[in-house]
Amino acid sequence: MMVVIITLAIIAAFFGLLLGYSAIRFRVEGDPVVDKIDAILPQTQCGQCTYAGCHPYAEAIAKGEADINQCPPGGEAVIIALADLLEVEVIPLNAEHGEVKESKTVVYIDENTCIGCTLCIQACPVDAILGAAKHMHTVIESECTGCDLCIPPCPVDCIHIKAVTPTLKTWKWHRPEGGYAAPRAG
Amino acid sequence: MSAIKKSNILKTGESTWSFHGGIKLPGHKDMSTGKPIARMPSSDRYVIPLNQHMGAEGEVLVSTGENVLKGQMLAGPHGLISAAVHSPVSGKVAEITQHRFPHPSGLAGTCIVIENDHKDEWVERNPIGEDYTTISSHELRNIVRDAGIVGLGGATFPAAVKQTEVGIETLILNGVECEPYITCDDMLMRERADGIIKGAKIIAHIIKAEQCIIAIEDNKPEAIEAITRAVSRDGSENITVQSVPTIYPSGGERQLIKIITGNEVPVNGLPADIHVLCHNVATSYTIYKAIFEAEPLISRIVTITGRGINSPRNLEVDIGTSIHDCIEHCGGYSNDARALIMGGPMMGLTLNTDELPVIKATNCLLVTAGIDISLPDSEIHMPCIRCGKCVDVCPANLLPQQLYWFAADKDYDRAVDYNLFDCIECGCCAYVCPSQIPLVQYYRFAKSNIWEQERERKKSDIARQRHENRLERLEKQKQEREARLKKKRDALSKNKSSRDKEMDKKKALIAEALARVNEKKSKQNTKAKNTENLTPEQQQKIKQADARRENMKKHENQ
Repeated sequence: MMVVIITLAIIAAFFGLLLGYSAIRFRVEGDPVVDKIDAILPQTQCGQCTYAGCHPYAEAIAKGEADINQCPPGGEAVIIALADLLEVEVIPLNAEHGEVKESKTVVYIDENTCIGCTLCIQACPVDAILGAAKHMHTVIESECTGCDLCIPPCPVDCIHIKAVTPTLKTWKWHRPEGGYAAPRAG
Repeated sequence: MSAIKKSNILKTGESTWSFHGGIKLPGHKDMSTGKPIARMPSSDRYVIPLNQHMGAEGEVLVSTGENVLKGQMLAGPHGLISAAVHSPVSGKVAEITQHRFPHPSGLAGTCIVIENDHKDEWVERNPIGEDYTTISSHELRNIVRDAGIVGLGGATFPAAVKQTEVGIETLILNGVECEPYITCDDMLMRERADGIIKGAKIIAHIIKAEQCIIAIEDNKPEAIEAITRAVSRDGSENITVQSVPTIYPSGGERQLIKIITGNEVPVNGLPADIHVLCHNVATSYTIYKAIFEAEPLISRIVTITGRGINSPRNLEVDIGTSIHDCIEHCGGYSNDARALIMGGPMMGLTLNTDELPVIKATNCLLVTAGIDISLPDSEIHMPCIRCGKCVDVCPANLLPQQLYWFAADKDYDRAVDYNLFDCIECGCCAYVCPSQIPLVQYYRFAKSNIWEQERERKKSDIARQRHENRLERLEKQKQEREARLKKKRDALSKNKSSRDKEMDKKKALIAEALARVNEKKSKQNTKAKNTENLTPEQQQKIKQADARRENMKKHENQ
C-alpha cells in the first residue's frame, strides 16, 4: 500500500516539476493571436473601427470586445481572413463604420492653398505628409494609406482625395463575367 | 537532378519522350507560307514603346528634337531584368509621350516617337564576326544585352539574363512553333538557316554548352530540311536537328525540354537546374545579327494571316511600325474580318484597334473572319460539369477545374496550393472545355489578384512600420517634453529657496541697520556734547544768536 502511494507521489512530483519547468522554459512572449490579427488588417490606421489604429483593434478582437466586421478599408477580404483565423462565421461589413471604397484612394495637397499650419502632419498616422510650419506641405503618395484623417483638421480645405489609377505594373485582369457563382469546392 | 546523359538524347527520326496532355490542333499554317518573307517598306513615323519586354522599363537616353541614327540606342537597360530599345531608322525624336501599345491592360506606356528622314544612316558599327570565339562570355553577354535582344518566342524575357555559363550542357533551339497560324519561325528557318546555326554556335560559346539540339515540329519538313542542310554546310558535329511530334503546346519551354531530354524542370526551378538552356530560333538569328553585323533588335519577322486578311504572308517589319500599315501592306482586311489578335489563336491577345506599333513580341497578327475560331478571351460560358477533360490535356499536370473553382471563388491560397503559378496559360483546358469556360482568363485574374495582394501586403507592412515608428517618436517626444518641464520646475523651486535665503539675509541686514539707527537715535536724545561746560560768555552769545534768529523769523513772517 505505502509503496503504491509513494510511487504515485514521486510520479506526480516529477510531472509537476516537468510542467513547471516547461512553463518557464517555453514561455510564449506577447499574444500571438493579436499579431496574427494585426497582420491581416490593412494598416490604414484610419480609426473607422472606433479604435486608435489597427493594432488596438486587433487587441479588441482578440479580447472579444470587437466584431470582425468593423474594418471598411479591409472589406470582405479581411472579414473572410479573420473568420478563417478565428474560426467564426463570416458576417457582412457593419455599415456604421463606413462603406468599402470603390477603388483605393490617396490624398493630395493643393499646394497653392496650403498655409503651412502643420495640422495635417499631426493627424497623419503614418507620417506621410512632409512640411514645416509656415511652409508648404506635400503628401508622399506612395506612403499614403488613404485613411483621410488629414482632411478634417485642414483649416483651408486644401486636401483632396483622388483615386489610385492602375499603371502597367499594377493593373489587374478582371474576373470573366457570365460565370456562375461557384459553390465552395471541397 | 542528374545531368542529362548523352544516351538520353535522341537523333532525328527516332521516337522521343512526351509530355502529359496537349492537344492536336488544325494548323492553318500553309495560309502564310506560300510567299517568301518580304520586307515591309519603311514608314514616316515609328512608335517605340519602352516596355516591350519582361522586366523593368528602359531608361531614356535621348530627348525630344534630337537627331538619331539607325540602330542608335534610345533607351538603355535599367536594372537586372531589362532590355534596351533602338531606333529602327535615322531621323528625329518627334516626341516622348504616353502612347497605347499592344498590352493586355490596354493602358498607354512611355513611347519614343521617331520621324523617319529616309536617309537610312546607320550608327557607327563594329561587327565582331568570326572572332567571337576569342571574346569572353561576359563581354558577349553585354553585347547581347545592349542589342536589346529578348526571347522572340513570345515571353520576351531578356536573352542575356538567362545565358548563364554555369553547368549548362545542352542548348535547345526552339523551332517548334506549335501554335496554329503562326509561321514566322518556319519561314525564318527555311530562308535564313545559316544565320540561325551561327547564332546557335555563338550562344553555345557564351554558355559553354557541349551540344546544341534544334527542335522542329514534324509538320515543317521544309524547315527541317533547310536547317539540316545548314548544319551539314557548317560541319559542326555538336549540332543535331530533332523533329518533334506536332502536338500543342510542344513549343512551351518546359514541355520541349521534357520531349527532348525526358527530364522535367523542377517546380519553382529553371531549365538551368537540369543543365539545359532554351532559346527560340529567331532569338538565335538576332544574336547572330548582333555579333556578325552589329545590328541590334530593330526588326522582326511577323506573320500576317487569317481568313480576315486578303493576302496573308510573312513580313520583316521594323519595330515601331503601325500594325495598320502592315495589314494594309498585306491587302488589308477582308469583308468579313472580325477580330484582330496579336499572337496565335490559343495564347494571343485580342486588340481592339490597329493603331498600335509592332513590338518585339509581335510574332503574328491574326485576323479572324466569320466564326472560324472562338476568341481566346470570350467570356460567355456554361457551368462546369466536372467532366475532367481539362485534366487530361493540361501539359503542366495541373487540375484545371479545381483551379477554376478556386479562382472563381477568390480562394487564392488554395489556388496557389494547387500550383496555379505552374500554369503556362496555353489554353488547352479552355479549348477542350464543353462548357466553353474561359479558364485561362480565370487563372490570369487569380494570378494578378495574388500579385496585388502581395503588393498590398508589402505596403501594409511598411504602413505598420511607419505607424509604429510614429508612435515611438510621439512617445519619445512626450517623454522629452516632460523631462524638460521637470527640469524647469526643479530649477524654479531651487531658485526660490535660494532667493528666500537672500531675502532673509537682506532682512537681517535691514534689521541690524535699523537696530543701529535706533541705538544712535536713542543716543542722540542726550544733549550735544559741544554745548556742555560752556562759559557764561559763550552762553550769552548763544542767547543773542537765538534772539537774532527769532528776529529774522519775525521779519520773514512780516
